[in-house]
Amino acid sequence: MAKTSMTRWLALGLGLALAAPTVQAQQAPIRIGELNSYSKWAAFTVPYRQGWQLAVDEINAMGGVLGRKIEIISRDDGATTGDATRVAEELVTREGVSFLFGSFLSNVGVAMADYANQKKILYIAAEPLTDAITMAQGNRYTFRVRPSNFMQVGMLVDQAKASGAKRWAIVAPNYEYGQSAAEVFKRLIKERVPGAEIVAEQYPALGKIEAGATVSAIEQAKPDGIFNVTFGPDLTQFVREGNSRGLFEGKTVLSLLTGEPEWLLPLKDEIPEGWTVTGYPWDEIKDPKHKAFVDTYRAKYNDTPRLGSLLGYVVVNMIRDTIERAGSVETEALVKALEDAKFDTVIGPVTMRGLDNQSTMGAWVGKLVLKGATGGMTEWKYNDGASFMPSEAEVKATRKD
Amino acid sequence: MTLLEAKGLRKAFGGVVAARDVSLTVERGEMVALIGPNGAGKSTVFNMIGGQLRADAGSVLLDGVAITDATPQDRFRKGIGRTFQVAQAFLSMTVLENIQMALISRHREALRLWTPARERYREDALQLLAQVGMEGTANRSCAELAYGDVKRVELAIALAGDPKLILMDEPTAGMAPAERSALMELTDTMTRSRRLGVLFTEHDMDVVFGHADRVLVLLGGQIIASGPPEEIRRNPKVREAYLGDTHGLRPLLTSSP
Amino acid sequence: MDLSFILIQALNGLASASSLFITACGLTLVFGVTRIVNFAHGSLYMVGAYTAATLVPRLLEMSYGPATFWAGIVLSALVVGLIGILLEILLLRRIYRAPELFQLLATFGVVLVFQDLVVQIFGPQDILGPRAPGLRQPIEILGRRFPSYELALIIAGPIVLGAVWLLLRRTRFGILVRAATQDRDMVAALGVNQALLFTGTLFCGAFLAGLGGALQIPRVAANTGMDLSVIAECFVVTVVGGMGSVPGAFLAALIIGQLQAFGILIFPKSTLVVVFLLMALVLAIRPNGFFGRPEATGGSHVVGIASRAPVRSGPLLMIAVLVVLAALPLIADPYLLKVATEILILALFAFSLQLLIGVGGLVSFGHAAFFGLGAYGAALAVKWLEASMFVAVPSGLLLAGAGGALIGAFLVRLSGIYLAMMTLAAAQILYAVAFQWVDVTGGDNGIIGVWPPAWAGPRAIYYLLTLAVTAIALFGLTRLIDAPFGYALRAARDSEPRAESIGLAVRRHRWLAFVAAGAGAGLAGALYAFSRGSVDPSLLGIPTSVDALTMLLLGGIQALTGPLAGAAVLHALRDWIMPLTPFWRLLLGLSIITMVLIFPRGLVGTVFHGREERA
Repeated sequence: MAKTSMTRWLALGLGLALAAPTVQAQQAPIRIGELNSYSKWAAFTVPYRQGWQLAVDEINAMGGVLGRKIEIISRDDGATTGDATRVAEELVTREGVSFLFGSFLSNVGVAMADYANQKKILYIAAEPLTDAITMAQGNRYTFRVRPSNFMQVGMLVDQAKASGAKRWAIVAPNYEYGQSAAEVFKRLIKERVPGAEIVAEQYPALGKIEAGATVSAIEQAKPDGIFNVTFGPDLTQFVREGNSRGLFEGKTVLSLLTGEPEWLLPLKDEIPEGWTVTGYPWDEIKDPKHKAFVDTYRAKYNDTPRLGSLLGYVVVNMIRDTIERAGSVETEALVKALEDAKFDTVIGPVTMRGLDNQSTMGAWVGKLVLKGATGGMTEWKYNDGASFMPSEAEVKATRKD
Repeated sequence: MTLLEAKGLRKAFGGVVAARDVSLTVERGEMVALIGPNGAGKSTVFNMIGGQLRADAGSVLLDGVAITDATPQDRFRKGIGRTFQVAQAFLSMTVLENIQMALISRHREALRLWTPARERYREDALQLLAQVGMEGTANRSCAELAYGDVKRVELAIALAGDPKLILMDEPTAGMAPAERSALMELTDTMTRSRRLGVLFTEHDMDVVFGHADRVLVLLGGQIIASGPPEEIRRNPKVREAYLGDTHGLRPLLTSSP
Repeated sequence: MDLSFILIQALNGLASASSLFITACGLTLVFGVTRIVNFAHGSLYMVGAYTAATLVPRLLEMSYGPATFWAGIVLSALVVGLIGILLEILLLRRIYRAPELFQLLATFGVVLVFQDLVVQIFGPQDILGPRAPGLRQPIEILGRRFPSYELALIIAGPIVLGAVWLLLRRTRFGILVRAATQDRDMVAALGVNQALLFTGTLFCGAFLAGLGGALQIPRVAANTGMDLSVIAECFVVTVVGGMGSVPGAFLAALIIGQLQAFGILIFPKSTLVVVFLLMALVLAIRPNGFFGRPEATGGSHVVGIASRAPVRSGPLLMIAVLVVLAALPLIADPYLLKVATEILILALFAFSLQLLIGVGGLVSFGHAAFFGLGAYGAALAVKWLEASMFVAVPSGLLLAGAGGALIGAFLVRLSGIYLAMMTLAAAQILYAVAFQWVDVTGGDNGIIGVWPPAWAGPRAIYYLLTLAVTAIALFGLTRLIDAPFGYALRAARDSEPRAESIGLAVRRHRWLAFVAAGAGAGLAGALYAFSRGSVDPSLLGIPTSVDALTMLLLGGIQALTGPLAGAAVLHALRDWIMPLTPFWRLLLGLSIITMVLIFPRGLVGTVFHGREERA
């Protein structure tokens, strides 16, 4: 299965390469800067790197873009704002890259957006989810591919309506992403679920959760719904401690990102069944284009894809299309080519809304379930991001540009 | 007026009384030795007068003014200089700078931030070094000096404060015999010429009986005898006290005439 | 707040306290005997957790049961104990007589080495261990469920305390450990095989660290950040309890555990601050902690700069260097200018530390506090007052100077290792404030948009501005060091009794040194903030402090110009090597260790020393 797909892709690539008129293979490659938290957040970023690497290999096998190969110069952003801008500066001034993409943590993403605006260089945020990147701190040089907190929380809150839960507790990491998600949740739950109230809020420091105390404190408030934003090691501890103490029994739990394989796999058989989550049921998506991606990826890396893999793959393909349409790698041309651009991706059509530079990429929403030794999603559905984006009036009121 | 007067000094550490009702005086131009076997309380008394220890009871007067609770810094300004059992000098500086530092402090310029310290009071410092016979080493690092020379530098540092009284804690400890007598001769001369008072502790009985004008004997935290060296040497109470202290016994007996 | 809730929360606190005690107990034992504050203790804890999380599941596959689980935990701790033996033989026994500063730095070098090694050996993923067989079911307490594994942890603490007590009281080894803790020289005089005693102690200490880590695996996923977070807490426990005191560590761990459990209810966002404030408070009242005794050490830290004859060609040489540096924009590309700007800033940062350590003999392990204060002072002025750079940079300097005044007032009463620990705590408190006072400082997000005005934006202009400011500041600091103030500071370092007896107000001088060094570091921090446009809590973190110390060490603390050379070399190397290898921390760590062992005089110091030797 995997093998035939590989051959098909190779044949396609070969055909395109031969068909291309006098390939200018001698031209210097297009240099693109990429930065991410490869050491601190390896669980997400290493699959992500494999994803974009796969896309780059495919694109270059087909002759690159504008007759030039793509070369990505990748750096570790140290998971701090300062290191990220330092590395970005190095990529721009020493490596001479045409533009930047990447980064993982939301606070780093916001700092990168500010950097892009200051230095007038294109930055495509791949993973950071905070609304600030496209709203309060948004600027014309910064674009985001993943669905924002506002969009993903919106999808979850729609699921909460049916549950009837009114007393909500929030647990979120105490930095940009968690704060942004908690804020938008508070707003949306009150708007969309009449009579809903927030009875407890816990903000453990990122990576430093005191799970026992946090679970007790939430339990004490006797909520009937819990909104979770923690991820990574914090999530693992929170779930185990919550399971031990029966925190989740009989409660509606909404959780951001928990259905993504990168965060599900470490939980092993302790999956909190019944949580409503956003995630990535990669093995159940039947669309042939997506299946081809999964097969190629598995064949190449001998590993199953994470959401990061998909994202890396999608982002670099979008970049390829953008460069082709812009006809150059000048910042202005690229920015113009991105605004309101339509892309055909392995998960379907995606538009980069010019209003707030936010793409319409959606998310899969479903319930967690234990499948054998590990977890997965059930009753899932892909929600197109377009119907969950902030309104034009709201964007105009919030953005400074 | 009496230069130094200590009255009824008392100090206890936990339950152990290290000094009880110690009274003593030092006059100008007088060298007074404080002797006693190990553990008699010499250092305790010395440090109460120097300001390193606070007395539980009693008082210390300098020229009739109470300095009982004054810090070492205050005592320096009021005219007390001192040397230490293990010589204390500023080893990262040159010999000259050691003296300059003391002069800078005496003139209350230690907080100045701009003029280089090595340009202050050079002449005065050189003069002081000449007095202790160390002018030849002025620009050498203090760390390179022989121990006996560091002791001389210490004396010059003490003199830089223009003191009325000098406290010397075992001034000749750790020195070769020749160096000892040289240093004490020097001290003797200074005392007479400048009309200083000197209070010193000492183990070497040759030094004590050769240079002290008066000797105080401390035992069990109390002064058991005081008087001119000849009188002390003959005092039966002192002889008895030193029996059993092998360290102090021999010199006291052998140095008798 | 009902009774059952309070009880559960107290039990939570006890479980944390137990884990913390087991780990901290090892640290305090090792300190008691070797007088070394082992920074790498947290790394041993981390290795214990990774080993257990990898080993125990394999063992459970072979034979599932409680016995296997606990055997796996103990086995992991033993592995870590063996690593402790290696650590003692390869490194620690070579630095027992070295100045405290070098000991701290060398063990921090080990921390860096372990950080890269752990990722290489165990992979980048966090590893969650299995649950303990037989303890999967929670138990019911007053109608609430409580994990039974936490109860097991609560019991484990006192068991370890009892075992350590028996070891210390009932064995010959223990008697020697206690004797060494009381008086190291006495043990040397007894003719005991010291090497064996020290190696044995390190084994025990490392075993306890490994045990502490291994016990965590059912509740915490083994992750690469464990080392620094646990070592910071262990420092607090040992310092509050009194360095070297096992019962003190137990008491301190109990208090800190409860403080965290209930603190989370009262100050949900400021648990870190609360813990470090406790430490500051205890040290202010009892400078040696609950059961600690005053350190009789001292003298060992007297390394630093000495008087040197003024060089006649000195001023000319300086002007020549300045001219060359000012001409750099004519030939350098933007990137080189950016690196040069950062080197200038870091040189000022390291030089301000030289004032404390090299001149004052005050071993500060938290100099990042002042650098960060300066950066935050500038950034906060921009964020809240919309100040321009010319107001913001002096604001940073002032805030850091004020910080120096406040922190210095606490510190001048301390000396030696307590001083170093307290500076570290001060920096950690500020780190925690910056991290958790989200409304003002932006927390983990930091503050962005700290850019120079448009005309100063081009890299060449900002470089020249930085050059001018740092040159003036460095000149000022040099004058300060050569002036009576600097000499008095050095006098107090060389001999405190002598300095006092010539009337120097030692504490006031030291306090002022903290103000001046704080202001200097703050100026550097403010310039740094504007050079990269943002600030974040990592500027206040332990690695930033260690950077400054490494520059000092690299250049040599005996040479006045050492830190300048050190900053240039370290930053240039980092810039050159870091993009090329994933092993930067490993290389840096090994370099630090090598320098401590082989070139304790640093680069500049070694060059000068070699020249003197030949002369």
